[in-house]
Amino acid sequence: MTILKATDVGISFGGVKAVDGVSFSVGSGQILSIIGPNGAGKTTLFNVVSGVYVASRGTIHLADEDVTGLAPHKLAARGLSRTFQNLQIFQRMTACENVMVGRHLREKCSLLPALFRTPSVTRQNRETRAAALDLLAEVGLKDFADVPAGSLSYGACKRLEIARALAAEPRVLLLDEPAAGCNAVETEEIDHLIRQVADRGVAVVLVEHDMKLVMKISDRILVLERGRPLAEGTPREVRDDPKVLEAYLGHHGAREAARA
Amino acid sequence: MRALVNHRILTLLVLAAMIAALPLIFPSSYYFRVASLVWVSALAAIGLNILMGQAGQVSLGHAAFFGIGAYAVAIGPAHLGVPPWAALFLGALLSAALAYLVGRPILRLKGHYLAIATLGLGVLVALVISTESRWTGGPDGMPVARLTLFGWRVAGSDTWYWVTGGLLLLGTWIALNLDETPTGRAFRALHDSEVAAQVVGVDVARFKLQAFVIAAVYASLAGSALAFMNGFINPDQAGFLHSVELVTIVVLGGLGSVVGSIVGAAVLVTLPQVLTVFHEYEHLLLGLIIIVAMIFMRNGIVPSLSGLLFRRARS
Ligand SMILES: Nc1ncnc2c1ncn2[C@@H]1O[C@H](COP(=O)(O)OP(=O)(O)OP(=O)(O)O)[C@@H](O)[C@H]1O
Ligand SMILES: [Mg+2]
Repeated sequence: MTILKATDVGISFGGVKAVDGVSFSVGSGQILSIIGPNGAGKTTLFNVVSGVYVASRGTIHLADEDVTGLAPHKLAARGLSRTFQNLQIFQRMTACENVMVGRHLREKCSLLPALFRTPSVTRQNRETRAAALDLLAEVGLKDFADVPAGSLSYGACKRLEIARALAAEPRVLLLDEPAAGCNAVETEEIDHLIRQVADRGVAVVLVEHDMKLVMKISDRILVLERGRPLAEGTPREVRDDPKVLEAYLGHHGAREAARA
Repeated sequence: MRALVNHRILTLLVLAAMIAALPLIFPSSYYFRVASLVWVSALAAIGLNILMGQAGQVSLGHAAFFGIGAYAVAIGPAHLGVPPWAALFLGALLSAALAYLVGRPILRLKGHYLAIATLGLGVLVALVISTESRWTGGPDGMPVARLTLFGWRVAGSDTWYWVTGGLLLLGTWIALNLDETPTGRAFRALHDSEVAAQVVGVDVARFKLQAFVIAAVYASLAGSALAFMNGFINPDQAGFLHSVELVTIVVLGGLGSVVGSIVGAAVLVTLPQVLTVFHEYEHLLLGLIIIVAMIFMRNGIVPSLSGLLFRRARS
């Protein structure tokens, strides 16, 4: 069942078409990867889909509802969660608190009980913290729960963002280069984690430069080049597509690869 | 967790013990008065610190709300026949309403632009207070009727010491409570990354507004307390210099630190009293001390000192 659907999405910055006529759809439990050279518009597409930017054309549907132009927090309330390529963690909060913020939508958040710290607030805090600790364990950051997030390593921050995004119990998860800066072991763990998340029925959209990872876990792959869709299909189809080889390796390299 | 339960209760206990013990070493009623001024400034600063230190939004016009609280308890009983205690709540309500109405459009602004917009709000309110002399007594100020609660006439510097000390305890308790709740976390989250807060579902505009309203109510209550205590009020309390003083207390004491606001208020209220022995050099020295403090404790007094202590303890 399709849960997220982007149709003919486009956005430009000062005349530069960063994303131009891109469509894709992803269903529950599926992993769709979006790949393409640097500057292809992958992050910009994520920004449009998650409501950070407003598209100049096209529509976004989330579970059959037209959510085009909706603010990010409203999209989050409808089950869309994401991570950022350029880390956006809450530096001055602990790792655990970062994930607790991720549960914002699952918490009751009225002001008066908060001011007077009613027992219900304390209880909820305890539950949220327990849930956050579970998620930290899942991404391998259990031992760093009470460390200020600002002092974590790059790879740890990447995983912290995943935990925070998962804390919202999303229906759709957008991951922007989750394995960047991670070593082979960590990449393996992330691979495992993404599969687990998808198996739970979450639709995952993955932007990633690690081709081994992408080819291994994607159900479908969308290739972008200079904001435009270049190819779409299963990992095998995309790998064998001469257009894709050309975009990645250049004209000459593509011919070499085809001969090999 | 940043503030464990123990830490929160410990802070309150130490503060309560300090408020209770200080009078033992006070040689004269003058000291009660100075300490009450510290408690009142600290109360306003704690509120402002929720806005600035937690939610990361600046207000350079916060004395406006202090002034509204102060003039509410002056004007209410004098011109409108409102009982003094009710005027205090009316002032707080009025401040909250103004913060809500003005906050909606201006909290969309960021950084310097927000600073200028809030500064404008402060100037505007101060201007209204000093020109509407029929109601406010204009630049000369106006007297404030004594507060009576259930027949008890609240008067005398030692009485006000306990009342303002109690208010400060209450304000501290609430601010510490807020820190470890979904609301407090939302404040701190949007401070660090608005976009990340948004994508996990935090309605950033709503929480900025909440922080602004909370800060306004704190300032308003502090203003009312000061007006009752002094029995007199003038427009300076709503003026730009007082706004700057509040921001200085918050930054000097430590952004985001509740205890810092109390320490900052203690320093900024008592230092001028101490420095009067230097006569004409008083202001010069005050400025110098603030500059030096900020150079050597750039995170503010309390966060810097506690950071130092922790490092010592670990090594
Ligand atoms: N806010 C913006 N203002 C102006 N130009 C922008 C903005 N955001 C993106 N762009 C431009 O849009 C194009 C696509 O950038 P984008 O970051 O989406 O690429 P990407 O595919 O994510 O690249 P990478 O693999 O390096 O992360 C680039 O040319 C970039 O300069
Ligand atoms: Mg990118």
